[in-house]
Amino acid sequence: MSIDTSKVATSNSSAALADKPNRVGAAANWADERLGLASLAKKNLRKVFPDHWSFMLGEIALWSFVVLLLSGVFLTLWYDPTMAEVHYEGSYAQLRGIEMSGAYASALHLSFDVRGGLLMRQMHHWAAMLFIASMMIHLLRVFFTGAHRKPREMNWVIGCLLLILGTLEGFTGYSLPDDLLSGTGIRAADGFMKASPVIGSYMSFFLFGGEFPGTHIIPRLYVVHILLIPGLLLALITAHMLLLVYHKHTQWAGPGRTEQNVVGFPMLPVYAAKAGGFFFIVFGVCALMGGLFTINGVWLYGPYDPSKVTAGSQPDWYMGWPDGALRIMPGIETHIFGHTISWNVMLPILVLPIVMFLVLMVLPFIEAWITGDKRDHHILQRPRNAPTRTAFMVALMTMYGLFWAAGGNDIIAIKLHLSINQITYFMRVAVFVGPVIAFIITKRWCISLQRKDQEDLLHGYETGIIMRSPEGGYSERHLPLSPDRAYVLAAQDRDPDVIAELEAGPSGPDGNGVEPKTGIAGKLEGVRQRLRLAMYADNVQKPTREELEAAHHHAEHEHELQAGAEGHAADGHQFDGHHSVEDDRLRADD
Amino acid sequence: MSDQHGSDPHGSSDDLPEKYAGHEGEMQAADEPIRNPGLPEHTWRPTDVDPKAERRAERQVAGIFGLAAVCAVLFVVSYFVFSIGGSPEAQVSQIGNLGASNVALGGTLGLALLLIGVGLIQWARKLMSDHEMVEMRHPARSSDEDREVTLKALNDGLEESGIARRPLVRNSLLGAVTVLLAPAVVLLRDLGPTPNQVAEDADYPGAGLEKTVWEKGMRVVRDVVGTPIRPGDMEIGDLFNAEPELVFAVDEEGEPILEGESLLIAKSKAAVVLIRMDPDENKPAPGRENWAIDGILCYSKICTHVGCPISLNERKTHHLLCPCHQSTFDLADAAKVVFGPAARPLPQLPLAVDSEGYLVAQSDFREPVGPSFWERDSQASTTE
Repeated sequence: MSIDTSKVATSNSSAALADKPNRVGAAANWADERLGLASLAKKNLRKVFPDHWSFMLGEIALWSFVVLLLSGVFLTLWYDPTMAEVHYEGSYAQLRGIEMSGAYASALHLSFDVRGGLLMRQMHHWAAMLFIASMMIHLLRVFFTGAHRKPREMNWVIGCLLLILGTLEGFTGYSLPDDLLSGTGIRAADGFMKASPVIGSYMSFFLFGGEFPGTHIIPRLYVVHILLIPGLLLALITAHMLLLVYHKHTQWAGPGRTEQNVVGFPMLPVYAAKAGGFFFIVFGVCALMGGLFTINGVWLYGPYDPSKVTAGSQPDWYMGWPDGALRIMPGIETHIFGHTISWNVMLPILVLPIVMFLVLMVLPFIEAWITGDKRDHHILQRPRNAPTRTAFMVALMTMYGLFWAAGGNDIIAIKLHLSINQITYFMRVAVFVGPVIAFIITKRWCISLQRKDQEDLLHGYETGIIMRSPEGGYSERHLPLSPDRAYVLAAQDRDPDVIAELEAGPSGPDGNGVEPKTGIAGKLEGVRQRLRLAMYADNVQKPTREELEAAHHHAEHEHELQAGAEGHAADGHQFDGHHSVEDDRLRADD
Repeated sequence: MSDQHGSDPHGSSDDLPEKYAGHEGEMQAADEPIRNPGLPEHTWRPTDVDPKAERRAERQVAGIFGLAAVCAVLFVVSYFVFSIGGSPEAQVSQIGNLGASNVALGGTLGLALLLIGVGLIQWARKLMSDHEMVEMRHPARSSDEDREVTLKALNDGLEESGIARRPLVRNSLLGAVTVLLAPAVVLLRDLGPTPNQVAEDADYPGAGLEKTVWEKGMRVVRDVVGTPIRPGDMEIGDLFNAEPELVFAVDEEGEPILEGESLLIAKSKAAVVLIRMDPDENKPAPGRENWAIDGILCYSKICTHVGCPISLNERKTHHLLCPCHQSTFDLADAAKVVFGPAARPLPQLPLAVDSEGYLVAQSDFREPVGPSFWERDSQASTTE
């Protein structure tokens, strides 16, 4: 089918409507004469962003943060962060006449006596979950595709900080209603602080303004929740976005895409409309969830009472993994010179999260040290093409998931009728063994996928058509990939030849007699070489041009041999979705 | 090109020396098995070439925006139509199990927002230009020229400041700024009293990490209702949640003695559980032989792990399970930890019976209750 482009719609024509008096122009002129924005906007108004669904994950986080700001401002109009005791006389009958903190009473007031208040509370909570969940998935996308490589390492670090702050923001937020569940969470947090060596009880007394629970913790968490952390989040998000604009977005390999360009659609109008529209969609989903799904029904828990607790007490899901570590940690305490060191609390809840986040933050730098790669990278890698990296993150995910599951060991025990003791013993081992198994499986899996790509590239894809030779043998017909697809597969980076490096000896791969390092530097270099070997040695490398040509030559030869036997009955394999079929017809149509 | 490739076994593999950085593109092209085929040709959408389809899309988008406006109006209507509040007089209308107001407000607001979003995206997809554009990237680093100028400016500035030549000035400045940290830290000092100050000066009973409101002769009363307990009130296997009498006590004018903060602090440390078991089953710790009354034992309810109140009793085994992190204590064996992350037994409250036959405490706990802390001297615990 040929297209009559003479009828192309006006929106796609490039002719400017220059002669008409232009109001936008007048407004822009007014603004530019005062603010001088034109030189800045010149570059950015039509800035090109590449298109891919996975680039939307960070956007979900961004927009849910905006929803959090908007709904949060609404909540502050009624929420009262006071721990002064009040007598509840609001319209929730079950709690009327009960003594509670002013904070809890105002949360009930918001839920039952302010129209739309419950909706906003629930939207705020759902948006918070969405915020953290989308940050995590965005982080995984970035790492699995290698978008954290130079020059984007600092943006990775900023992203990690955003995740930490978002988690803290979530914790301070769900503590504010001062209900029984959140009060139990604060009590546990008090226990965590007291477990810090030397300064623990001082930290607790300073934060709580005296003994737990005191009357200061809620107002202080409130200030942290609505001023301190949001301010930091806002600043870091701004930096994150500015760096994104400066670096320009990464893109997938494809026809016409190179390390030197970025191919996609312009900010104005396409991305302004798409991203703006997406904001409304995220906002709308939050509103629907807030309207239809109850979350954190604080009225069911009752006011905080330090002598009470509900069975199945659990923090919000994103706090689940350190809580799981806390649950499966053996009860070890050291008593020394009249002092107590609570390893059972300190290690899982104070040390482990910090170590995990530090590991996360330095990942790009460790990777760069091992690879020695100093180049800028703007073309994304498919996860399979960096098997060791992918496997490492899957190992971390497995560890996270097991800790997280351990945080629900009581729920698992009840639902699956298992012994909680056995689950706990199992988890103690699994959090160490699981990641190793996951690493091995993922790495081999990636390499298998690489082999499959290699096969497709060299010998074509499987058509599903079985050929029978005159001798009676059967074979499957392979056809070459479409040129675009083949290019995508062949566009991956070639890994360094570590085997050759090893053979070349310590003097370096070029053998030009670089002085071998000695002492600690030499040992480190040795470690680095071993890591490089582990990282690259098993990977499948894409074929060279000669190999590809030879393979294609061979395939053509095969086809020629098969041509006689081909007949015409099995025609139609061009309709297998791998080719453009616009000009093709099934033979029956002829 | 293939010759060049053949002669260099390492090709353009990773680890390119700096000198190649500029020619990276060419180097790669030489080594690539398949040449970049270039941008695919643009294909026109039906809305680009068919005015009917274009108008249809236009109507579609406008219709979606119109629906969004309808939803926004419905939101306002729902706001005024549906009453809220759970009081019996004002019967709250419900949709499903949820308040009608919340469902209607959330539903209409959600749909209004979603439709605006969908409309915008539909507009972008169907009607806005879909020509892919190409923009060139620039290295993140500045140009050599800029670097040089900047470096020179930096050096000039530093040179003129004399920061390198005048170590006395520099170091005294650094010193002064460092000392300035002290006011910043000291300013936070009044966030709260120290544990010792609380223990010595607080104006409520049982203050400090090492003490609770329990004292000699204080009755052990039922939680919630506050009635005292006789040993005969408990059957073997019973577990009572209990509090010190002071939690429910009132002064001459009928005002509670503990209120608000002091009440919560008292409860957060003094809450206990009473359990009655066959006296033969109990294995008292040395020195605690006379702490039980007729097989009734009293333990702190506050978990020694991170301070959750413990209450899940396993009647047959006398095991008490913390619902937060599943530490399990054997109440028949001095509340030692049999499972879970806690490291210490629950502190035990020595019991006695007063002249009226009610359970009372012999004294306060002999060791601090609740989670461990640095200053806690766990070795010097129970026996006095």
